[in-house]
Amino acid sequence: MPNLEATWKEASPGGVVYEAGNSVEYITGGWRSFRPIRDMKQCTHCMICWVYCPDSAVVVKDGKVVGFDYDHCKGCGICAQECPVKVKEPHEYTGQMGKVIQMVPETEFEGW
Amino acid sequence: MAKSIVKALDGAQAVSNAMRQINPDVVAAYPITPQTAIVQNFSQYVADGVVDTEFVTVESEHGAMSACIGASAAGGRVMTATASAGLALMWEVVYVAASMRLPLVMSVVNRALSAPLNIHCDHSDSMGARDAGWIQIYAETAQEAYDNTLQAVRIAEHPDLLTPVMSMQDGFITGHGVERVEILDDAEAKKFVGTYKPKHSLLDVDNPATYGAWDFYDFYFEHKRQQTDALSRAMPIIVEVGEEYGRLTGRKYGIFDPYEMDDAEVAIVVLSSTAGTARTVVKALRQKGIKIGLIKPRVFRPFPARELVEALKGVKAVAVLDRSISFGAMEGAGPLFLELSAALYAYGNGRGPLAVDYIFGLGGRDVIPAYIEQVAQDLLHIAETGERGDLVRYLGLRE
Repeated sequence: MPNLEATWKEASPGGVVYEAGNSVEYITGGWRSFRPIRDMKQCTHCMICWVYCPDSAVVVKDGKVVGFDYDHCKGCGICAQECPVKVKEPHEYTGQMGKVIQMVPETEFEGW
Repeated sequence: MAKSIVKALDGAQAVSNAMRQINPDVVAAYPITPQTAIVQNFSQYVADGVVDTEFVTVESEHGAMSACIGASAAGGRVMTATASAGLALMWEVVYVAASMRLPLVMSVVNRALSAPLNIHCDHSDSMGARDAGWIQIYAETAQEAYDNTLQAVRIAEHPDLLTPVMSMQDGFITGHGVERVEILDDAEAKKFVGTYKPKHSLLDVDNPATYGAWDFYDFYFEHKRQQTDALSRAMPIIVEVGEEYGRLTGRKYGIFDPYEMDDAEVAIVVLSSTAGTARTVVKALRQKGIKIGLIKPRVFRPFPARELVEALKGVKAVAVLDRSISFGAMEGAGPLFLELSAALYAYGNGRGPLAVDYIFGLGGRDVIPAYIEQVAQDLLHIAETGERGDLVRYLGLRE
């Protein structure tokens, strides 16, 4: 992880990043203005959201979607757009009909 | 002194000969008048197998500089050449090269910018790029253009600097004018430029690194501060390389070239080929007992502010000759005058000479000795009366 307190004398010349694969350590979730929320009971684990997520922020364990990595999800909404599964009951979080993944304004969550 | 041979070459041939000796890993360039001869000669060297260079025939100057950036980040020694509209088209990536601290060398054969369309010499092209973060060196003659090209490689690649160098000569006047040029023995030239060993590179797969990464408000400012620090430490490196080159060739290079400045009461400051005309006039006036001197800056970036103020100490009036206009600047002055005026204000302790600016030679307008003589007369009048008069004047303009 780059030292975020590094002075201009300590920064790497030309902005070269010497540690490969360190973007995981750069927290970008703060850019998000909408948060994807999945209805866990109605999700079929088709993995379409995992395929499409440009930030690898859909967390999968043992072949099942277990949630989102909100440290890196930028709230682009691609997962909600691509989610092919329509809910039969109202969405467990939003109470709305529509898709299993729905985008909710960040302002509704604590810490905003 | 190292062996050398004397040839009759124009400035473009002189630079392409330096490039032949440097034998860069990659040259990506697009032909544009009056730089064309450099690219043309060099592509002949490539075709003849005289160099091992990978010559990339790009679709534009933006592509040329982009290819150079990639090749340089990959660890290669990389060169290009351009002029005028070509440099203007490169703009975005000219900054990228400097900001990524890639030690490219670019030969610029100075030419006016459109419109109206014009292919002849002025300094609008490279002066426009003066804040891009490159080191800028200006040559008076084909010999200097050759010598500066070899030195530029060493300056750019200096580990404390890693900053690209732009090496200028005047379009047509120098670029297409055949002169006597001493070309170093190939082996000596190759020894002087040495081999480039980058500390890190894209192709070093054992030590993978990311180049040109996203740099947000959390680091961008620090990187810019670092870049300006590198430029401010460049001057001793430029001098050191120039002295080493002097020991090798007998032609020592510094920050600027003073002529008859020791007891000068008035002085002219001018870049590039016009310094030759001015020197002839100064020499003639000296024979008449007039205490006039000449300073020909070689390095424009970093700007030798303190050094020029020191050199002008004791001078009562100074005329800067600018071959470009900084449109909308104070009285429409030129960049050299603006920089020098700022330097005199910052370091002159309020005792600097009265300074005036002469815009000259735009779009290749000839500069004849009579114009320089007029400047000298004006300077003597200013020195005598203490009245500066017009801040910005024009030489050779129909009024």
